[in-house]
Amino acid sequence: MIISVASGKGGTGKTTLAVNLALSLNNLQFLDCDVEEPNAHIFLKPHISYKEKVFIPVPNVDETKCTYCGKCREVCAYHALAVLPGCAEKKGSFLVFANLCHGCGACSLLCPQMAIKEVNKEIGIIEAGNKAAIDFIHGFLNIGEAMSPPLIRQVKKHINPGRIVIIDAPPGTSCPVIAAVKGSDFCLLVTEPTPFGLNDLILAVEVLRKLKIPFGVVINRSDIGDDKVNDYCRKENISILMQIPFSREIAVSYSEGVPIVVRNASYKDKFINLYADICRITNETNTCH
Amino acid sequence: MKQILVISGKGGTGKTVITGSFAALAKNKVMVDCDVDAADLYLLLHPEVKERHEFISGQSAVIDKKLCKQCGKCIPVCRFEAIKSDFSIESFSCEGCALCSYICPHGAIRMEENVAGEWFISDTKYGSFVHAKLGIAEENSGKLVAKIKQVAKELAEKQKSEFVIIDGPPGIGCPVIASLSEVDCALIVTEPTLSGLHDAKRVMEVAAHFNIPLKLIVNKYDLNLSMTKKIEEFCREHNIPVIGKVTFDKTVVKALIEEKTIIEYGQSMAGDEVRRIWEDLSDEFSLGFRS
Repeated sequence: MIISVASGKGGTGKTTLAVNLALSLNNLQFLDCDVEEPNAHIFLKPHISYKEKVFIPVPNVDETKCTYCGKCREVCAYHALAVLPGCAEKKGSFLVFANLCHGCGACSLLCPQMAIKEVNKEIGIIEAGNKAAIDFIHGFLNIGEAMSPPLIRQVKKHINPGRIVIIDAPPGTSCPVIAAVKGSDFCLLVTEPTPFGLNDLILAVEVLRKLKIPFGVVINRSDIGDDKVNDYCRKENISILMQIPFSREIAVSYSEGVPIVVRNASYKDKFINLYADICRITNETNTCH
Repeated sequence: MKQILVISGKGGTGKTVITGSFAALAKNKVMVDCDVDAADLYLLLHPEVKERHEFISGQSAVIDKKLCKQCGKCIPVCRFEAIKSDFSIESFSCEGCALCSYICPHGAIRMEENVAGEWFISDTKYGSFVHAKLGIAEENSGKLVAKIKQVAKELAEKQKSEFVIIDGPPGIGCPVIASLSEVDCALIVTEPTLSGLHDAKRVMEVAAHFNIPLKLIVNKYDLNLSMTKKIEEFCREHNIPVIGKVTFDKTVVKALIEEKTIIEYGQSMAGDEVRRIWEDLSDEFSLGFRS
């Protein structure tokens, strides 16, 4: 069972929900896929026992084989290569703009001289460890690196299908979110009852419908705004699985990096119930404990 | 003309509320919303769209079922896992590299132009506004950001605007990097939480990497005073001016519910503080900051 936690709008409470749900369940693996700004480790404080660098393949030319024909430049859809043909007194040159490269492999596969090899370029790191019985994995995108999806896909290679997997996704609705939530059995969309929360919830719902992932909504700080999120969910037949009223206790606990179920164990039941609801919706009651 | 970008690292710290207030306060400027995958600033500015343009970016692979012999050569070469076992393309996974179309021995895969979104030039009661809508589950948000920033800059030059004020995206990846290009100042809005500081530090490193001058605002600073102090200490050590602290003020949500900026909503503590921040900022810029 893979449950992702996403939101559209940032700062609605994805990490709060993901971390507290994780701490309320057993047999659990936690993946922080918000590799641009991973935060779950602040709350879970895992013991890190494993570290790996993550690379993407970028082209590297063997200039003794290259004839500067320009085929690679022609096939590169991302304009990540420049080739200047040589002339009588000067040999040609070959430039790679590694930040534009998506690592598709077209240039090396299609080079008529087989002059292009792919070399690894580091884009970030993955760390893994545990917090008590919770398996923990997260990724950190290197500073100045533009593309997070390859790192997210790499974090997800660590998924252990024998466990309940919780994925903390990045905000937004574009490629990093899709990379994070793709393949989930269920997605929790966290929102807040404001025009910004509603606007971005609608976008996130469209994404999940396109990906055909079942989902439900959690309204955080549910008493600060208006009823339009509720009205929207009712009209669209979307289940609201949990409402968390604003509480200074939760806000302060969050600011200090302490999950609310650690400070106040009475919250655990709400998260256990939330998980039971997810199981009911995904019809996997047999495999849920 | 000076370009000011509002970013945060962490989402939901109050970027758009503060940028929206600047829209109500700044006199001669062009507003831009660079958070193209979850654009919210329009909800405060109520734009009247004057120009609408398609954003065409990259291509998507399409398999012609009549020509496809299901030989399977395309599946292993696709590194984006976009070709399904029934030989259809999962469009939201395809990154448009076209390798499959070169590899296919039967000429069954063609590349089609991809409309990845729309961008707009609008009028608002606070002046011109350039914004965009990325298509659902589309990519290339960095390119769309670069496009609308370019349009805004040209518009500001034409109108002889003093400022381009940009609402930025969260995170540190491609749309943030595209937003940072050529700006005169990146204004970081953070909140007094461990995650707020952690994420602000990462986006500061990104801005420093591209040599962009930084300033910082602590929003909702009184939710945790000791954390606010930690943020101020960090900024002092790194020579980043903290140009304002904004109170946790329930008026902010009330204004938001009415889809108004906190400036037009009426007098409030948070509004007064943001007004003071903008006055200082605009004074500093007219004195030739970073010249």
